[in-house]
Amino acid sequence: MFDFLQLIIYGIVLGCILALGAVGVSLTFGILGFANFAHGDLMTVGAYFGYIFIRQVGLPFWVSLPIACALTVAVALTVDWTVFRPLRSRPPVILLISSFGMALILRSLIQLIWGSDQLVYEQGIQQPWRWGELNIQPDQVIIIVGAIGLVTALHFFLQNTKVGKAMRAMADNVDLAKITGINTERVVMWTWILGALMAGAAGIFLGLDTQIAPTMGWRVLLLIFAATILGGIGNPYGAIAGGLVIGLASELSTLVISPAYKSAVAFAILVLMLIFKPTGLLGGR
Amino acid sequence: MDVSGLLAYGVFFLTLAGIYAILTLGLNIQWGYAGMLNIGVGAFFSVGAYASTLATVAPNDAFVGGFNAPVIVGLLLAMALTGILAFFVGLITLPLRSDYLAIATIGIAEIVRLVLKNEAWLTNGVRGIAGIPKPLAGLLNSPWVMLTVVLLVLGLTYWASDRAYRAPWGRVLRAIREDEPATLAAGKNVVGFRLQGFVLGSMIMGVAGALYAHFVGFISPEAFQPEFTTFIVWVMLIAGGSGNTRGAILGAFVIWGIWSGTELITHVLPAAWVTRAGALRLLLIGVLLQVILRLRPEGLLPERPPHPNYRSSAPGQSSRTPE
Repeated sequence: MFDFLQLIIYGIVLGCILALGAVGVSLTFGILGFANFAHGDLMTVGAYFGYIFIRQVGLPFWVSLPIACALTVAVALTVDWTVFRPLRSRPPVILLISSFGMALILRSLIQLIWGSDQLVYEQGIQQPWRWGELNIQPDQVIIIVGAIGLVTALHFFLQNTKVGKAMRAMADNVDLAKITGINTERVVMWTWILGALMAGAAGIFLGLDTQIAPTMGWRVLLLIFAATILGGIGNPYGAIAGGLVIGLASELSTLVISPAYKSAVAFAILVLMLIFKPTGLLGGR
Repeated sequence: MDVSGLLAYGVFFLTLAGIYAILTLGLNIQWGYAGMLNIGVGAFFSVGAYASTLATVAPNDAFVGGFNAPVIVGLLLAMALTGILAFFVGLITLPLRSDYLAIATIGIAEIVRLVLKNEAWLTNGVRGIAGIPKPLAGLLNSPWVMLTVVLLVLGLTYWASDRAYRAPWGRVLRAIREDEPATLAAGKNVVGFRLQGFVLGSMIMGVAGALYAHFVGFISPEAFQPEFTTFIVWVMLIAGGSGNTRGAILGAFVIWGIWSGTELITHVLPAAWVTRAGALRLLLIGVLLQVILRLRPEGLLPERPPHPNYRSSAPGQSSRTPE
């Protein structure tokens, strides 16, 4: 029983990270029409920006987080302006291939600057908080609190601002949204801003939960795609729910199968969804 | 470097480039002909490599394989196994949109990687498998034999896929790529044709993997990083010209030439940079892909589908059909 509850905690922590990553993938998929294979590596970029401010500059965590996220947004916008925008008039699969190349560019740049060694935000072992036999790390609390904060902010943005509403409209039906006179370029820009903001935070949280390494984002990309499709493409709320489901499912699966195959569980869910309900649980495209 | 050293390097270079050219031809059938996005090329490449290896190495206690079979049996087994894998992957994902196929194939690649790494009883895990025999090693042990075998397979693959491209079969695949609903309306079994193209392309990738294993003589899960088994193959195909069989081969040789050439540049870098040189070289290849996609998306040799009446028209008029 305690094993089960402990795994639920791990699952929620992983789920929060995946949810933040999946929001960006879902929005870009819905609005720009391509699966962004560079999104995982954008998370890695965020994690390394976090490393600069937390370890190399020595700022407190809650100050470093927004700075690192802002810089991740700057990287995403630069990539969009220089690489993706000129290709947008072409079939979306070209963007997909280009993003696959972009993923490698970001990863090699990181390796070039920081090398391939694994890094951590804080040296030493943290003392976990104990609840009977349950353990919870302070880092895990940071991740959950941070994710709840960001998702709440996202919710208010999507529901109450004009850009947020336009974004939901475009993710739902691009052609219909364009007819109503929505400024497409503005919405695309905000899509990258929101997606990269969440990706940067997800990267830092992933680095807190495990370690910082150049391949960390690429490794979770499959889980993020699974979360996106589970929640329905273009549906940010679905992406959050999908992230939690995938996080919980992959952690709980270790009760039955070898932990080495955790990501295979996400893949199995992905395949089942593609066969039986490709529009996702909460509806999307 | 003296003449014999240069010659040996030339044979080494051509053999590897030839293996990559076979791999690129496999991807060309999937992406170039039919527009199917396979981001898991490495999965089929490594399954082919392991299948042939397990059939041909000497018997041993560490893992299941080791049947001392001749290399040709290994190659056939590699084709059969990758074909079966591709059949099941395709059966599930090919009725779906092309971007779902892309996502599903990275999933396959991840699972293949996990199996190779964790199922030590089958694959000897991270320790890898050494002592993979070369073709005809009993008769004549020379790097030229390997090169000849690779070029032979390459020639055969080129001939077959070029014929398939001109045949009605290739025309249906191109039609699916250009306009799926119209092809469906013309009464073609779209999913069936896709499945054939996907399986055939993957089998070619499997052969390339098997040849790679016999060439290098040692394989481990680390040898199949997606950068070198999937990404670089995509760059080769797009640089050479997707849809053009000659372009695919040219792309493989050109990109492999650039890749090998950048190795020389990294020798002049300061010592502290040597460890990061690999990242720098990948960065260059990544930037190259973006430049090609922007400036010359049709590649070095653009696709030239046979004109409907190309036999009767004057030479030179058989230009690209309007899309």
